[in-house]
Amino acid sequence: MSDDYIYAVARVRARELALLGRQDIDQLMACRGFDECLRVLSDKGWGGGSGSSAEALLAAEEEKTWAFIRELTDDLTPFAVLLYPIDYNNIKAAVKCVVTDTQPQDVFLSGGSVDPAVMVRCVKENDFTALPPAMAQAADEAYHTLLQTGDGQLCDVILDRACLTDLLECGKGSKNELLAQYAEMRVAVADIKTAVRACRTGKSKAFIDEALAPCGTLDVSSLAAAACKSVEDIYGYLSATPYSGAAEKLKESYSAFEKWCDDQVMDLIKEQKRNPFTVGPLFAYVLARQNEISTVRIILSGKLNELDDGMIRERLREMYV
Amino acid sequence: MDISSLVFDWDQLGIVFALAGAVLAALMGGIGSAVGVGMTGQAAAGVVTEDPSQFGKVLILQLLPGTQGIYGLLIGFVTLTQIGILGGSADLSLAKGLLYLAACLPMAIVGMVSAKWQARASVSSISLVAKRPDQFGKAMIFPAMVETYAVLALLISILSITSIGGLSV
Repeated sequence: MSDDYIYAVARVRARELALLGRQDIDQLMACRGFDECLRVLSDKGWGGGSGSSAEALLAAEEEKTWAFIRELTDDLTPFAVLLYPIDYNNIKAAVKCVVTDTQPQDVFLSGGSVDPAVMVRCVKENDFTALPPAMAQAADEAYHTLLQTGDGQLCDVILDRACLTDLLECGKGSKNELLAQYAEMRVAVADIKTAVRACRTGKSKAFIDEALAPCGTLDVSSLAAAACKSVEDIYGYLSATPYSGAAEKLKESYSAFEKWCDDQVMDLIKEQKRNPFTVGPLFAYVLARQNEISTVRIILSGKLNELDDGMIRERLREMYV
Repeated sequence: MDISSLVFDWDQLGIVFALAGAVLAALMGGIGSAVGVGMTGQAAAGVVTEDPSQFGKVLILQLLPGTQGIYGLLIGFVTLTQIGILGGSADLSLAKGLLYLAACLPMAIVGMVSAKWQARASVSSISLVAKRPDQFGKAMIFPAMVETYAVLALLISILSITSIGGLSV
């Protein structure tokens, strides 16, 4: 029920005041070096305490976001579209670790909906019943494919496609327009990225067909056919879809395209600033925080590598506030 | 046996309808306000959790949908006085009873509906105050606009109830 989130949305509204805005980003950009950036972030309350590394600081912020959401609601089902990519990444790592008989170390992402230890046990015992049904089926298929063919890329393709299909279903099933649109956008963008990469690396039509996940705004067979010909054919196909902007950015550079993808998500969630009900503003807050963390990561990495300010700025994402 | 004792006296129902009107005004206004104040209370609690200094501002916004319950109570009280339940003679014709019922309906219906919508406007205004505490004055105006229609319903109900007594029906 939309009214179930009134308290949560009010808390999110108050928290949104602490989100980084354009001025904060300019302040970070004006810092003379990496250490000064870290100090400014620390003054703004980022990180878990003094003296933490950049990665620890960013991880702490991600953890704070999810801790806040868990405090607001016990039901994380609407956030599954954000958790599935973590889960599928972890199952991918679990399958590869078990098949190659390697001890999993620093390969799992935290914050997923399934414990990585459970995933490893499922793969080892070849019994995937502890996993959600769609994930279990994909994991089973990927595991046996990797065992039989030894082709890690094929294993990735099976799980990536299953992740996107699951994500799309989850968005549609949420009955929330924002979640459905976000899931659709994520799947379409992933398909475009896959098509471009496959085209540049000269993959076969069968591989591309296997890798692309069907979605509502793209015709994957046309995209696959274009990807088999040339990158220009992909641009041509995209120009007749709602992703014509993506084609323009891809022509510019891959980083411009990635920035475009993130900016599209920000455009999608901006409407939630005026919505005092539903789970939408909570979802938008998580995405806004992730966008903020990703922008700060770009600045920190630019400062660390002493990149030119112009080069960093052209990669900076639109902010939510 | 007197045949006239078997004929139902419809005028006996006059007081029943009049009382139903009073009850509906208090009941529906009260339900609307309870739902409304509950919704705004959740939003207010959310803001105060993050920023306790906003308590005074959000409390006022929380209370705005509470007025419909008070109006409903007022209409109920005035009706009970007029129909003689609170002192006097409770002797009403069927027509008068129905007139009292009709007179109470604007407050009952508008009270319940406006309280819910005012609560939604208040919740939005509480969000506004959470983000821009300096805009409290403007935030107050939006839900207060909805109050206009509850006040209009109150007026028409009061004017009707106080005038029915003088009618010869």
